[in-house]
Amino acid sequence: MTSTLEIGTNGTGTKEDPVIVVLQLTGGNDYMNTVVPYNDPLYRDYRPTVNVAEDEVLVLDDQFGLHPTMGPIQDMYKDGNVAIIHGVGYENSPRSHFRSMDIWHTCEPDTLGTEGWLGRVVRELDPDKENVVTAVSMGPALFRALVAPNVPVATVENIDSYGLLTDITPEEKLNRVLGRYKRMYSPAIGTGPVMDYLGQTGLDALKGAEILNVAPESYSSTVEYSDSSIARKLKGIAQVHLAGLGSRVFYCDHGSFDTHADQLGLHTRLWSQVSQAIRDFFDDLEEHNAADNVVMFLFSEFGRRVYDNGSGTDHGAGGVCIAIGKGVKGGQFGQFPSTKASDLDQGDLVPDLDFRSVYTTLVEDWLGLDPVPIVGGTFEKPDFILK
Amino acid sequence: MTDHNLSLMAHLMRRAGFGASRDELEQRTATGYEATVDELLNPEGQEPVDIYEFLRYYPLWWKPGTMGGLGHAPWVWRMINTKAPLQEKLCLFYHQLFATGVAKVDHYDEIEDMIDSFREQGLGRYKDLLMAVAQSPAMIYWLDNHENHADSVNENWGRELLELFTMGVGNYTETDVRECSRAFTGWTLKHKLPRFHMGRWDWEYEFRPDDHDFGEKSFLGHKGDFDGEQIIDIILEKPATAAFIARHLYSFFVADEPQVPAWSVTPPNDPEAVQFIADALMESDYHIGTVLKKIFNSDFFKEARFTRVKTPTEVVIGTLRLVEDTARPAPETMSWASQIGFMGQELLNPPSVEGWHSGIEWINSGTLMKRTNFTAEMISDRSRPGVAKIIDRIKSSGSKPEDVVDACLDVMGPLTIPDESRAELLDHARNLGDFDWDDERPGQGGETKLTEILQLVVSLREYQFA
Repeated sequence: MTSTLEIGTNGTGTKEDPVIVVLQLTGGNDYMNTVVPYNDPLYRDYRPTVNVAEDEVLVLDDQFGLHPTMGPIQDMYKDGNVAIIHGVGYENSPRSHFRSMDIWHTCEPDTLGTEGWLGRVVRELDPDKENVVTAVSMGPALFRALVAPNVPVATVENIDSYGLLTDITPEEKLNRVLGRYKRMYSPAIGTGPVMDYLGQTGLDALKGAEILNVAPESYSSTVEYSDSSIARKLKGIAQVHLAGLGSRVFYCDHGSFDTHADQLGLHTRLWSQVSQAIRDFFDDLEEHNAADNVVMFLFSEFGRRVYDNGSGTDHGAGGVCIAIGKGVKGGQFGQFPSTKASDLDQGDLVPDLDFRSVYTTLVEDWLGLDPVPIVGGTFEKPDFILK
Repeated sequence: MTDHNLSLMAHLMRRAGFGASRDELEQRTATGYEATVDELLNPEGQEPVDIYEFLRYYPLWWKPGTMGGLGHAPWVWRMINTKAPLQEKLCLFYHQLFATGVAKVDHYDEIEDMIDSFREQGLGRYKDLLMAVAQSPAMIYWLDNHENHADSVNENWGRELLELFTMGVGNYTETDVRECSRAFTGWTLKHKLPRFHMGRWDWEYEFRPDDHDFGEKSFLGHKGDFDGEQIIDIILEKPATAAFIARHLYSFFVADEPQVPAWSVTPPNDPEAVQFIADALMESDYHIGTVLKKIFNSDFFKEARFTRVKTPTEVVIGTLRLVEDTARPAPETMSWASQIGFMGQELLNPPSVEGWHSGIEWINSGTLMKRTNFTAEMISDRSRPGVAKIIDRIKSSGSKPEDVVDACLDVMGPLTIPDESRAELLDHARNLGDFDWDDERPGQGGETKLTEILQLVVSLREYQFA
């Protein structure tokens, strides 16, 4: 579909505004085999089967090393563009996927929240809803992190076929139908606030699709992305970002990291997909000189149990977050929780950095917004963003 | 011209069920409105859905425990195929009212059991439903009643029983919440012996006298050693309870209301209708079947056409029943179940105990796109038996643009739309040229043009309403 909109003039954002890309590791990523405490003798006691061999660890320092598939992230770490934030979580982890993910999404560990923290971010970034693609979520359903009343989010399953009635072919027919759709949804036909709202929403959906459809059309790159679903999602995000549409918040996920059984093979496959996709994504942005204003943030709903179960690991508590980008202050932040048996809580690492602390840094130091209403309180701030 | 009785029947079937094909509507219209209401209210006369037929194809969906996304597919299969649609519609009503989700319960099997109890008791007395819910392990865990002890009261269940399930804010004091919660101490859950050596254990209700507070309670003006059941009896005596349940019934079956949290400060849109339902509840000792019969036969119900935004479940199930793709348990059932979630209503996982925000809050640019695309894709697929019937019916009504547009609006509802919208459809149809049914060239024949009009009809704003 040919767009009649001018690129880059339809929103509050410009290429210079900070952009956040959230990559959710769905299913509970095993912290201890991602950032391996390879010199801790207890590690091998706890993990007789599900461990990373010492000579395979990608060494970061004399205590910690990355999973062997994370070479691309190790390279960026060496360049000072990766922050590893240790021991992140919250008190009384419920060890339930659904509940834990809700807590991360809503910042409500004690009650059931319905509004997402990034939804609140989008509302602050674009209070007048000037740009219907300020937030773009890659995946079939809207992540709860992005849900807030009256905040439009483009939910894109596949950037190449995103839009209304895309099943209709050929293009000439689709354009004819969408032209009629636009007329049928025009304010002139409205009969009251409900119909007006529906009309406006339909036009927003159409406009969002028109804007986003420009992205793959205007995109060209020498980077060949690796073959995985997360690589395709990040490529879609790169296309939207490079088109300069004013999008500021991107969201995607990969999984499932729920490695109860056969973890070694599964974890290896998942992290090679994620690491390679991240490398491709940043290579692509670098090639277009568009990486400076992008920070990527990785988290998972919980880490996994300290003791392995002979084949995999079960649901645990504390986990690790990773921030990547030129705006990131490289290094390690927070502390790896004590692995002493007496310090474990029901067999789990005890996180000592609240996840809302990490959000606070992202919201205040990277996005330049007041974090208190967004994360729901005042939290200490790990210093992983360059000033 | 559309038969008035048929339009009314279509309205009844959208509300008391998930819509119906034109053939079914014609049969039911011949049977008569009140007879159809009676049939809907007596599901035992219908052959039940054989859920094992589904499970034989997809055994993984039996007792999925904690496995994400699996729990609601069997229910979706039932909704598509049931011959007693009101029964499933009521499950949806109670699931919205007693909203309980895997987000916390983390155990699909227990929430499915709760839905089963709605299916079995949904047309009966509200008191029996409240008792079933109070003793449902899923609800006990969801609202922390297993942490409600004789010596340390947890008020979560007690409060929501009053605030969301019976009376509504403003009709009780904080003391009542406390005393109510005391009466439910010791109503807890325990594990059954496991079926397998792995996976989730089943739960069951357990009353623990040693953890129950047998002391005197002072509740809503009554004093006594009340237990949970007596508390429920006292609650149901209060007119406020009847008024609150009446509003729930009204907003689900009759017309969109403001969201539940606003009810204590916003009067009903139609106070007389809500009062009528409340009176019917009190007169019938809260017999839901009796009350629904009065609602469906009332003038305010019959006049309330297209005054509710369809829920995502109604969009998906209604479309699937219309296109009649039900010959066998299709592998697509799982993706259809997911579609409902993508449109904002992940069954068995409501966002909170308040249930889903409904009405216009179902709609945002993402969900509107999903609704439109799903419906338009289905209705343009002639390989589905219901679609073929729709197309044949429209073809038989003429080949002029006016004939085709009016036949589309008729067979897809019948829909009543503003003149401006009809004029747009008519203009579109005229621009397509003649509808020549003998022209079967792929991509440009009469039937292709007709499909284009059908896709526009399901894209209409008006099509989002039930």
